[in-house]
Amino acid sequence: MTETVLPPLPTVDGPPSRWRRFSGEWAADRQAFAGASWRKAMMWIFLLSDTFVFGCFLIGYMTVRMSTTVPWPNASEVFALEIGGTELPLILIAIMTFVLISSSGTMAMAVAQGYKRNRRATALLMLATAVLGATFVGMQAFEWTKLIREGVRPWTNSWGAHQFGSTFFMITGFHGTHVTIGVIVLAIVARKVWRGDFDVGRRGFFTSQRGGYENVEIAGLYWHFVDLVWVFIFALFYLW
Amino acid sequence: MVDTPIGAAGPLPGSEPDEAELYHPHSWLTRYVFSQDAKVIAIQYSGTALAIGLVALVLSWLIRLQLGFPGLFPFLGPAEYYQIITMHGMIMVVYLLTAVFLGGFGNYLIPLMIGARDMVFPYVNMLSYWIYLLAVLVLVASFFAPGGPTGAGWTLYPPQAILSGTPGQEWGIVLMLASLILFIIGFTMGGVNYVVTVLQARAPGMTLMRMPLTIWGIFTATVLALLAFPALFVGAVMMLLDRLLGTSFFMPMIIEAGQRLHYGGGTPILFQHLFWFFGHPEVYIVALPAFGIVSDLISTHARKNIFGYRMMVWAIIAIGGLSFVVWAHHMYVSGMNPYFGFFFATTTLIIAVPTAIKVYNWVLTLWRGDIHLTVPMLFAIAFIVTFLNGGLTGLFLGNVVVDVPLSDTLFVVAHFHMVMGVAPILVIFGGIYHWYPKVTGRMLDERLGLLHFWVTFLGAYLIFFPMHYLGLLGVPRRYFETTGLGFIPASAASLNAFISVVAFVVGAAQVVFVANLIRSLRHGVPAGGNPWHATTLEWQTPDTPPRHGNWGARLPVVYRWPYDYSVPGAAEDFVPQNQPAHAAGAAS
Repeated sequence: MTETVLPPLPTVDGPPSRWRRFSGEWAADRQAFAGASWRKAMMWIFLLSDTFVFGCFLIGYMTVRMSTTVPWPNASEVFALEIGGTELPLILIAIMTFVLISSSGTMAMAVAQGYKRNRRATALLMLATAVLGATFVGMQAFEWTKLIREGVRPWTNSWGAHQFGSTFFMITGFHGTHVTIGVIVLAIVARKVWRGDFDVGRRGFFTSQRGGYENVEIAGLYWHFVDLVWVFIFALFYLW
Repeated sequence: MVDTPIGAAGPLPGSEPDEAELYHPHSWLTRYVFSQDAKVIAIQYSGTALAIGLVALVLSWLIRLQLGFPGLFPFLGPAEYYQIITMHGMIMVVYLLTAVFLGGFGNYLIPLMIGARDMVFPYVNMLSYWIYLLAVLVLVASFFAPGGPTGAGWTLYPPQAILSGTPGQEWGIVLMLASLILFIIGFTMGGVNYVVTVLQARAPGMTLMRMPLTIWGIFTATVLALLAFPALFVGAVMMLLDRLLGTSFFMPMIIEAGQRLHYGGGTPILFQHLFWFFGHPEVYIVALPAFGIVSDLISTHARKNIFGYRMMVWAIIAIGGLSFVVWAHHMYVSGMNPYFGFFFATTTLIIAVPTAIKVYNWVLTLWRGDIHLTVPMLFAIAFIVTFLNGGLTGLFLGNVVVDVPLSDTLFVVAHFHMVMGVAPILVIFGGIYHWYPKVTGRMLDERLGLLHFWVTFLGAYLIFFPMHYLGLLGVPRRYFETTGLGFIPASAASLNAFISVVAFVVGAAQVVFVANLIRSLRHGVPAGGNPWHATTLEWQTPDTPPRHGNWGARLPVVYRWPYDYSVPGAAEDFVPQNQPAHAAGAAS
């Protein structure tokens, strides 16, 4: 076929600049993000939407914190843990944050191993990530239990503004749900990697689609997002 | 590169091979019920939305019964009245308009118009519909719950929405919020699909700037929805917690019947911000697809290229962007810092600029066109007029000093019904008359269509034009009864009765439409593949209605923009997008 579908882009000397590449991609047919698969594009767009969910949660939290007429409880006292007779402020949160951030590291390594087609290393690193994530959720459950035993409820607490408990349970609960879903997704993808589904092109149970090692990266995108959100929750809820 | 085989013949360039695989149905159940075909999902979405929309239409009759003939119908008490207006508003805005434009038109037209085989995630797309259906069922369930549906007004403002004294405080509000949360989850599943399909699954040759404006409108509206619905989601979750767990996100300290409630320290204004951060983009989630569809209808039926295509695209994007910075103009009467009022009034009025560009371009497209006054075209022209009317009153209301006295009157009711009630509904009708031949292979009956059009269009004006006047007289909105209010002249009551009678006639005319839809399935004139001689890809499918996978063995290849009508020197007065340059004569 001699028919030209699109006029050729004007050629310039040397490698195309960042902006030229950007405008070239958006002016192209078929794909606006050249080379990005449908799944990966979907995950990015979903995460953009989810950013707005967490953004609204956090803005809502900041607004009620300013609107309430009662003093806000002191986070470093509330979240202190008595270890060996000394009150250590924020110690549990520090460990939780450390665990979650570390899991981002193992996740990144899993993605790298996935693209090298190291089946076992990928699966094991993903499992490690999932275990770290589950540990985080476990510590969160411990924190919730401790606060509930101390009398904190979504509608009341003994230290100050009611909204403290409301926002705490709502935001950490919503984030914890995200982490839990992430752990489940990681476990499922790790099983598929371990079984070699992505090497032989086995079809998915629900969607009947074949997956690829890119699925590891897509699960990773979600995981890093959840970690990043935690950083904001940590900063705005625990440190403020 | 030009010939793009599918399936066994090899991978698609630029995408992974497995992504082109379609799930082929194995049974009647997976073909027609749990279908992963976007076209079937579109029909499911539209059918469900139109069905619940008819419920909302009947609710509007009940509103008019009370307003036109107060006291005549003993089954309409104040509580029932508030429940009816609440459900009417919420159903029409969210469950009908949003669902039809994005779930219905979006699912049907996106893959066909951009030359894709299906949505990129058919399974998720199917889930989207079933969760939407569940949301509708939860909403309907609130009609039968103890205490009935919520009567908080469609804006669900706290604190009254969850306090005793508001009808539906027991179950209605809980079911309403749960239904909204489900709707948003379901919509997000569909929304990521629409966006990724448009961005990543276009046919060879289909650049973004060769997409029909319908797709631009639906695409931009979906992006808005993905960014705006989170605010409603968060608001709904918080209010659900306030109602069920007794938290105080939106609840200040309240004394009810001499008793201090356990609420305290929350801020009702926060809900208003969250609600309208969703609520204003929602107006454009409904309007932008309508803009797009109208552009295509006008160009096709006036046999003329759309005027200023690029400006039309940029206007859509500009309106979409601006719609996120105007939300507080819904809250002037809530009270705000005058500087904020100034800011939001300014941004609101700036939206008039891209909107005016669009209206001028539609008119200039019609100018000296070969106008065919088909039923879709009539609806499209009616839209322009109605939208212009509603938009101009929007310019009044965008100003703080004008809005404050008019805000709680029927003037506002008339304004938003014109601009985002009647106008988009006219486009939905026009779109259905236009694409029904592609969906079913048969034309809708034109005589019934004309009857439907004229009664609906003229009736809508007879209903809502007098309402502006009533609003300026000071007739308040939301009031159950206005008789005996000294500041309202007695003649207002007779005008209200007149409006009610027209509303019943217009409502009844929709029966003609539904009958036409059903009758033409069997008895319509066979349409052929391209009855309107349109250029866009959905009219160039090998089969009508298109089969699963849309395009047969090969994807279409796009050589031109979608508006090559009446090209000088071309053999016919339209050149399809997939026609190569040499085949179109001098038209290249």
